[in-house]
Amino acid sequence: MRLRFQRSLDDLKEKLLVMAGMAEQSIQRAVEAYRVRDLSVCDLVDHGELAINRFEREIDQMALDLLAMEQPMAIDLRFILAVIKINADLERVGDAATSISDRVRDLEAFPVAELPVDTGKMASLAAAMVRKALQAFIEADATIAESVLSMDDSVDKLNDTAYFTLLNVMKNEPHLAPQALTALMISRSLERVADHATNIAEDVIFWVRGADVRHHMHETRPA
Amino acid sequence: MGVGIQVTNLNAWYSTNHALLDINLPIPANQATALIGPSGCGKSTFVRCLNRMHETNPIARVTGSVRMGDIDIYEDVSPVEVRRRVGMVFQRPNPFPTMSIYDNVAAGLRLNGFRNRRILDEVVERSLKNAALWDEVKGDLKKKSGASLSGGQQQRLCIARALAVDPEVLLMDEPASALDPVSTAKIEDLIFQLKSQYTIVIVTHNMQQAARVAERTGFFLNGKLVEFDSTHKIFTNPGDKRTEDYITGRFG
Repeated sequence: MRLRFQRSLDDLKEKLLVMAGMAEQSIQRAVEAYRVRDLSVCDLVDHGELAINRFEREIDQMALDLLAMEQPMAIDLRFILAVIKINADLERVGDAATSISDRVRDLEAFPVAELPVDTGKMASLAAAMVRKALQAFIEADATIAESVLSMDDSVDKLNDTAYFTLLNVMKNEPHLAPQALTALMISRSLERVADHATNIAEDVIFWVRGADVRHHMHETRPA
Repeated sequence: MGVGIQVTNLNAWYSTNHALLDINLPIPANQATALIGPSGCGKSTFVRCLNRMHETNPIARVTGSVRMGDIDIYEDVSPVEVRRRVGMVFQRPNPFPTMSIYDNVAAGLRLNGFRNRRILDEVVERSLKNAALWDEVKGDLKKKSGASLSGGQQQRLCIARALAVDPEVLLMDEPASALDPVSTAKIEDLIFQLKSQYTIVIVTHNMQQAARVAERTGFFLNGKLVEFDSTHKIFTNPGDKRTEDYITGRFG
C-alpha cells in the first residue's frame, strides 16, 4: 500500500474542494451583487478571485509533482487528470464571477431597470449544477455527475430566451440598451458557468468509470 | 519474422507446488507482450515454459499446449530446437566472461555447427547492429572480452547473442532491472525496433516500462492470469479490481 501517495491524493482532493467552495461562493456573490447593486460585494468577488488563482497554481503544482514523482496508474492517473481539468474549470467559474462583478460596476452609471428576464433562476440553476458536480466529485458518484449533464440544456434554453428577450428590449426601448446589454452578458457568463459544471461532471465520470462522455462520445464510439 | 503463440490450458508445478493454473493466452506475432505481477506470481515460470526451460528442473512438470505458429513446442520439436526458435535474455547480463565480444555472439551458431568464417562474420555484424551495439564495439570485436563492457552493453551483447541464431521469439525476463536509466532507455528503444522482426515477451516489475514498450499486458497473481488486454486498457482502466489494486500500489 502506497500510504504516502494515497495521503497526497487525499490532500489534492481536499485542496480542490476548498477551491471549489470559493468558486461557488464567488458566483453566488456576483449574482447577489447584481441583484442588489452592491459594489462592496463586487469587492469580495475580486478578492476571492485572487485566492482562486493562487489555489489554481498550487493545485497544478501538486498534481504535476504527483505525476512526476509517483507515476500514477489507472484510477489514480484518471483522478489526477480529472483534478487538473476540474481545477481549470473552477478557475474559469471564478473568472465568470469577476466578469459579472465588472458588469455590475458598469451599471453604476445607469438607473435601475426592470428587465423581463429571470437572471435569478438562471443563476440558481448554474450554481446548483456546480454544487451537484462537486457533490459527484466528493462522493465519486458518476450517477450524480450524469444528472448534471441533463441540467445543462435548461440553462442553455434560459440563455437563448434571455438573448431574444433582451434583443427586443434593445430594439424597442433603446434607452435601456446599456442595462439590457449588461443583463445579456451576465446571462452569457452564467451559461458559461453551467458549461464548466458540465465539464466537471464529465471529468468525474471519466475518473470513476474511465469513460469519455465528452461531446456525446458515449453515443458515437463503437462498442 | 516473429510468430504468434497460443498458450492453452497450461499448468506447471514445482514438485507439489502448483505454480501455474490453467493459463490461456494468445501472444500476437511481432508485438511486445508484457507480463506483470508480484514476486512469486508465476510470470517467470510462465516464460520458462515458453522455451521449455521449466522442465530442466528435475522436480518441475508441465501440462497443456504451447503452439508457436503451426508447431506445438511440447509435441512436435525437441527442447534444443525450441531454444533455437526462442531466444532468452535474463535480468542480469550473462556474457561468457572468457570469450571475446565476437565469440560471445557467435557461440550459439558454433554450437549449431556453423563454421564458415564469412557467414559467422556476417551474422555477428548483423546481430550486433540489430542489438544497437555494433557502433560501440566494432573496433574491439576480438580484442575485448564480453565481460569488459558496461552493464548496458553486456545486456545488448546478450540480446545480440540471442538474435544470432535467428529466433522467432525473444523472451526477456526483467532485461533492464539491473541497468541505469540511459541503458534502460536503449534497451527499450531496442525492443521497439526488434518488434518488427520478432515476437517479444517481456517480464517486468517496472510498470512504466511495460506501459512504454508493450502493446499487450498480462497480469499474473498466485499462478493465475487475472487479466490480459491492451496495455492502454490495463494501465488506464483495467477490468479487474485486483489488477487495479496492483498497478496503483494498493495491493497487499
